[in-house]
Parts: sequence; C-alpha cells; structure tokens
Amino acid sequence: MNVIEAKSLGKRYGGTWALHECTLAIPAGRVTALVGPNGAGKTTLLNLAVGLAEPTAGGVTVLGGRPAGSPAALDGVAFVAQDAPLYKNLSAADMLHLTRNLNRRFDQGYAQARLGELGIPLKRKAGKLSGGQQAQLALTLALARRPRLLVLDEPLANLDPLARHDFMASVMTAMAADGVSVVLSSHVLAELERVANYLVLISRGRVQLAGEVNDLLARHRLLPEWQSRRISLEELTMAYLREPAAAARPGPARSWDAEPMEVPR
Amino acid sequence: MTASTMTAQPVRDTSLRPVPWRRMAWVTWRQHRAALAGVAALLGALAAYLVITGLRMHHAYAAVTACHPAGSLACSNATSDFEHAYWPTAEAIAALLQAVPALIGAFAAAPVLARELETGTFRYAWTQGFGRTRWTLAKLVPLAVTVAAAAGAFSVLFSWYFGPFFAQGQQTPLAPTVFDLRGVAFAAWTLAAFAIGALAGTLIRRVVPAIAATLAAWAGLALAAGLFLRQHYLAPLVTHHPSVPGSAWVLSQWYTGRNGKPLSQAAISQMLRGYHPASQQIGPNTFHSTVDPVGYLTQHGATYWMSYQPASRFWPFQWIEGGGLLALSLLLIAATVWLVRRRAA
Repeated sequence: MNVIEAKSLGKRYGGTWALHECTLAIPAGRVTALVGPNGAGKTTLLNLAVGLAEPTAGGVTVLGGRPAGSPAALDGVAFVAQDAPLYKNLSAADMLHLTRNLNRRFDQGYAQARLGELGIPLKRKAGKLSGGQQAQLALTLALARRPRLLVLDEPLANLDPLARHDFMASVMTAMAADGVSVVLSSHVLAELERVANYLVLISRGRVQLAGEVNDLLARHRLLPEWQSRRISLEELTMAYLREPAAAARPGPARSWDAEPMEVPR
Repeated sequence: MTASTMTAQPVRDTSLRPVPWRRMAWVTWRQHRAALAGVAALLGALAAYLVITGLRMHHAYAAVTACHPAGSLACSNATSDFEHAYWPTAEAIAALLQAVPALIGAFAAAPVLARELETGTFRYAWTQGFGRTRWTLAKLVPLAVTVAAAAGAFSVLFSWYFGPFFAQGQQTPLAPTVFDLRGVAFAAWTLAAFAIGALAGTLIRRVVPAIAATLAAWAGLALAAGLFLRQHYLAPLVTHHPSVPGSAWVLSQWYTGRNGKPLSQAAISQMLRGYHPASQQIGPNTFHSTVDPVGYLTQHGATYWMSYQPASRFWPFQWIEGGGLLALSLLLIAATVWLVRRRAA
C-alpha cells in the first residue's frame, strides 16, 4: 500500500506553479523525509495530501486510494501543520477533549499518559507552553487519534536541538509501537539522517529524487575513487540541490563530471 | 499487499459512519462561550434597563389612561406631560438599540472563522475526522440560531416597553427608528448581521478588518432598507384627504393646482402669502388655529396629496422584511460554507 500516491499533481497559486507534474508513490511503513529548499513546494504537497488544498491539476490519494480530504482519508491521516497550531486560550486538557470530539477514535489514556511523561501540565493553556511543549502537545493529539499516516510539516523548524531530539524520539517510538507511517518535511537534514528510511527530494515545484534511503546512498559514491566511501544523506541532498536540472528518479539522469558524485553500478 | 486487499480497503473505510454531529456541541460551546456570554451580557444589561425604566413608564402611563373625563384640559395636559417626560429617553434607547445586531455580527460572528484563518488553527480543525464542511455548519448554525433567538426574545421586551407610544396613536409602528426593533425584524436583522460577519471573516481572514467590514456592510444594508427599500414593500396608498391617522407612515406630500399638475414649492409659498392664522392658546403648550395651512391652500384651489403606508401593514411588512433577511442570511451562510470548502491552505 502507498500512503501517499500522486499522479501528475499540480498546484498553481496565481500564475506560479507551487507544485508541477508531481508523480510519486510513498510506500507504507516508512519514515519519509520530504526535503528541499524553502519555497520548493514541500508544504504545498503536504497540504494537498491532507486535503487542506485542492489540486489545480492531477490528483492525490492517501492510504491506498482514499481521495485526499475525503472523510475516509481524514479519518486515517493525522496532520501537524508548521508551527503546530493550537488554540492558545485552551488548556492542554481542553485540546485533548476537543480532538476527542472531532474524531471517531481518540486514545485519551495514551494522550494523558504521554503528556504526563513529558511533564506538560494538563491545566496549562496551550499558549503558555514552550515551543517544544506545544510541538509535543500537537504531536500527542495527532498520535492519540491512532492514525495510519502521520504527516508533519516542518516539525523541527522552531525547536531547539534538545527539543528536536525529543520530538524525533517521540515520532520513532510511535512508529515502532503502532506501525504508523510518517511523512515529514524538513530542511534540517542532520536530524533526518538517523530516522528517515525513504527520501523525497523536491525542488522548484518538482520531485527531483525519490527512493529508499539505503538504495539512494548505495547508488551514489563520492569521488575521487581513492577516498570512495558511502556518502551521507546530507551530502547526497546537497549535491542534488546544487544541480536542480538533475531530475532524477530513481537516479540522476546524467553523469556528473564536475560534481563530486557519480552513478556507479 | 495483493491487489484484492488494496481495492477492498477504501470500500470498507468509506462505509464508516462519520463522527456524530452532537460531538460538535461541546466544541462550539467551549470555543464560543465567551462570545455568547458577551451577547448575553449586552442583551441582559439592556433588558434590565428596559424593565426598570419601562415599569416606571407604564406606571405613569396607567395614570394617564385612567384620567377622567377623557378629552378634558387636565387629561390632555397629563398626556402631553407624559410624552415630554418619557419620549426623549425612549427615542434615544430605540436609536441605541439599532446598533445591537451589528455589534453581535461584528464581535460574535466575524471572529468565528477569521480567528481560525488568522492564527492558522484551521489547519488543525480542518484536518480532523469531523470534516471541514460539517465543522463549519456545526459552528455557524447553532450560534446563529442562538443569537437570533436571544434577539427575538429581546424584541418582545422592547415591544412591551415601547407600547404606550403606539397606544397613543401618534407614533407610527412603521417608523424607521422602531420598525426593525419589533416583531420578527430584530431577530432577522441579528441573523443577517451574524451571516454578514461569518462571511466577512472567511473572506478577509483577519479578525479586526473583518469586524470593521461587518459593521460597514451591516450599516449599509440597514440604511438602504430603512431609507429606500422598506417603503416599497407594498405599493403606498395615495389620498387627498389631509387627515390620515397619526399611526400612518407618511412617505410624501404634495399639492396639485386646478390643472392637476403638481405645484412647485415656490407656487405654494406664493399662495400662502395670504394666510394669516388666527390662533388661540388653549393649554400651556397647545395652539389651535381656526384654519390650518392645508385647509387654506385647499380653499384656494390646490389639492392636497399624500402617499403613505397605513399602520395595518405592520405585520405584512414584518414578514416581508423578515423573510428577505432570512433568505439573505441563508445565502450568506451558504457562501461561507462554499468558501470554506474551496479555501486553499
């Protein structure tokens, strides 16, 4: 099953295509990193996948063919938008109650236990929590819905290094416990290296590279040969971002003479 | 995964029953109870004032109606004293109450969607299992019904408060200052203001500008209705009899000459040069002249015309205005839901 499947997906705002001719299939059971420079179309792609935006062209389905934004899709997909929007004047307990009322499933016990572990007081208003706590509260609300797909838009952007680490640890724990598929966008590559096993690289509104991280890393090697070693996800991504013309799925389309990369095997 | 399980999956999931509507009741209450409390406080304070001053006024009016013999100088003086004592306040209150629907629309309705869109929380709300269309309806409909019902109850109280002035027969119930505060109109105007606020909030996406736009749009609509539209709900009656009841809403008056053509203001002034009323003072405030200017002009060959709406049309006009505003409100709420459905993140 593919958790997100897009066919010739396009979104135009005014005269510019934020996303153009995007075709991709993200398989289930992965932590997918959606990476790319600012303005590349990451948020647009995620908004289309969770049903917040309507495509201008093409289509997108989630969880094995459910149209994005349909009741069945909303039921199985939990989304945490950038900056983890919460009602600032509601307490954490009220946010739990609100989310429980808005969904068919909500694991109240899990949510309360998780907030307890994190030391987030239930009575405290969401607006009075720290940035890291707000992100964790939003993640807790999403996970307590017991989704089959968790979509996170730039979850790490405004967090300090410790909060980033804790947040990703929470995501990985949930992944291990529930088998929830995760798609997260970020430009903080270092944090993704350890957790992501599927990579979608998006640039200027187009998908430039997509595939299993291990495959991608195995197919790319650093030059010159005498220091040939397995490259890091960050190096791979950087190399592609420097060369936007390399529309490459699953591998780069041309040989790289000037760049310190090649496509062996 | 095999092909058969992949095709079976969506079929099973789409048959899932949606989240029940009643679950939104708590959500709407929790998120908008402050706004509802504000509406309750505003209407409650005004109602308390109407009850306190109204009781005193009705007490005084009971003394006026009990005056015997009716038509005597003393009774006529009592009536005029009553009007001097209470009319200015009642008139000021009526003017003040005109703003109430606008305040409800601006401060209770405009933020409902504008705040979500301004702070980004719509990205949370619209991706929950409830679904954004139902979420919008489950917020707007109960809130609109609640504020309209509260306004309707309030207008019953106002009708009681203002009753003595209509009983006098000198005040027309169709007057723009009071017509929309009574009957079904006040609730309908509140509903319309709410719908305007909801739509403005969705279009403008920011709370403060949406409040300002709501006030402006409501004022424009209310002025248009009061000054231009309402007098045409039914074709006005035309008479050349100068003494229609004081409860009629007089729209215009003019004179025609012997040839049947309307007389200009200058021609009327010319004719009135010869008018010297012999007046005598009856009470401290009442003057009476043997020949009034209308009578004088009529004696000199002019014909007096008047177009008016009789007071008996109060309820037909109420239903026309109420029905029109209800239709407008439904249209605006439908437009709001449509905007929410197609609103791109």
